[in-house]
Amino acid sequence: MFLTLEWWREAFHTFGWKFSQNFLEASRWRLLANGFVTTVEITIGAVLVGLAIGFLVAVIRTTHDKTGRLKFLNFLARIFLTVIRGTPTMVQLLIIYFVIFASVNVDKLLVAIIAFGINSGAYTAEIIRAGLMAVDKGQYEAGASLGLNYYQTMTRIIVPQAFKTILPALGNELIVLLKETSISGYIAMQDLTKGGDIIRSQTYDAFMPLLAVAAIYLICVCGLSWCVTRMERRLKRNE
Amino acid sequence: MSNDAKPILRAVELTKQYPTVLALDHVSYEIFPGQVVCVVGPSGSGKSTFIRCLNLMDEPTGGQVWFKDQQINAPGVDINRVRQHIGMVFQHFNLFPHLTVRKNITLAPTLLKLKTQEEADATADKLLERVGLREKADAFPGQLAGGQKQRIAIVRALAMDPQVLLFDEPTSALDPEMVGEVLQVMKGLAKAGMTMAVVTHEMGFAREVANHVLFMDHGRLVEENPPQEFFGHPQSPRLKEFLSKVL
Ligand SMILES: Nc1ncnc2c1ncn2[C@@H]1O[C@H](COP(=O)(O)OP(=O)(O)OP(=O)(O)O)[C@@H](O)[C@H]1O
Ligand SMILES: [Mg+2]
Repeated sequence: MFLTLEWWREAFHTFGWKFSQNFLEASRWRLLANGFVTTVEITIGAVLVGLAIGFLVAVIRTTHDKTGRLKFLNFLARIFLTVIRGTPTMVQLLIIYFVIFASVNVDKLLVAIIAFGINSGAYTAEIIRAGLMAVDKGQYEAGASLGLNYYQTMTRIIVPQAFKTILPALGNELIVLLKETSISGYIAMQDLTKGGDIIRSQTYDAFMPLLAVAAIYLICVCGLSWCVTRMERRLKRNE
Repeated sequence: MSNDAKPILRAVELTKQYPTVLALDHVSYEIFPGQVVCVVGPSGSGKSTFIRCLNLMDEPTGGQVWFKDQQINAPGVDINRVRQHIGMVFQHFNLFPHLTVRKNITLAPTLLKLKTQEEADATADKLLERVGLREKADAFPGQLAGGQKQRIAIVRALAMDPQVLLFDEPTSALDPEMVGEVLQVMKGLAKAGMTMAVVTHEMGFAREVANHVLFMDHGRLVEENPPQEFFGHPQSPRLKEFLSKVL
């Protein structure tokens, strides 16, 4: 049956018709395009928030582990990490939207950025901390023996070396985050996933819009992975 | 030996108690300007702990460490400031792998605003010349052999113009053929009057260069003498046993 010319012509025709119905009619492709922009906005915003939180938490944790100072902040940081990594991202998003920001009128985009940023911050913190801890103890000692203080040793000796392990891991975190934002629809954000879903509800065709959405995510992820691999290789070469 | 001078470093009843091990047991000793003091003893006897307590790389749990007229393991002391005057050379070099040799040497003096970059560079070149590694200034540590790395590490410590240098087994991580070049540099320093405290397994170096040799065992300073006496007429049975094994 698949081999007849007739079947192929029919299939091609159906595809063209469905494509036009799902994406061209009523400019439905805009739902995907605008959704994609929203997804990118949430992801980039959340990465920046996550980096800030992650760096702060990592420095608190590492300073505590290395020097024994910042006991109380370290305690708070550990609670933060436990809670964020111990509960589903989805639940965190809903709580932040429906509980914490329930009575205030803020832009949903901002809520999403904050929610995903806080979540990513917990993972970023552990990535940065692992990178800092991976630097040989002798490097801290060499800095200290020369009379450098903790801050100088950190910024001039430890952090530059930690970048090697941190940067690729952060790239991977970015990929995870991009995919995680697909639950933004639950707080009525029209991100890429939601865009595809809206098309589905209008055309009663699930196949095309959802596959298109999947393809767009996949292309982004492959692109980012390629960048991470390249970066890893370049960092290795500078050894 | 300027015996009437004041000690540069002084340990008073210095003690380091780890949860299950007494690593340093009430050790008292004074190091005077220009002296070379070698510390020997079996593995785990507390040699590293002793030398590392002298610049508070390890925090003593009891006793006192004095740098000249200042007790440095006391509340309110800016230990980073004190460490600018006490250089340290590690068994595993601990060079900064992301910086060139020159940057390794000039980082601390410039960051601490003791020298301008030009002054620090000039000092670095002069010191590199002295250890025969002038042409390695722009290399990265990863491109150097072990003996070269350790000589650079010594230069890095010297660039701070320290008043005393602490060495913790500076040749133990080296291939045998590279031990000589590092010991040669250290001999040069001794001859130039640098005050040094050296944990070492190189008995030949201790015999030839040290003014005093210290024997440690189970965290205690068991015996201490000038090298002829130390090696020629050991007193305690433990030292006799130790020397019979290593010589
Ligand atoms: N961080 C630590 N925690 C617990 N015990 C330690 C620690 N560091 C050293 N010790 C113990 O203290 C004792 C003295 O150790 P130290 O490293 O000073 O010996 P050493 O004379 O330098 O030995 P080696 O010749 O092997 O270097 C040992 O029993 C060691 O196991
Ligand atoms: Mg040791």
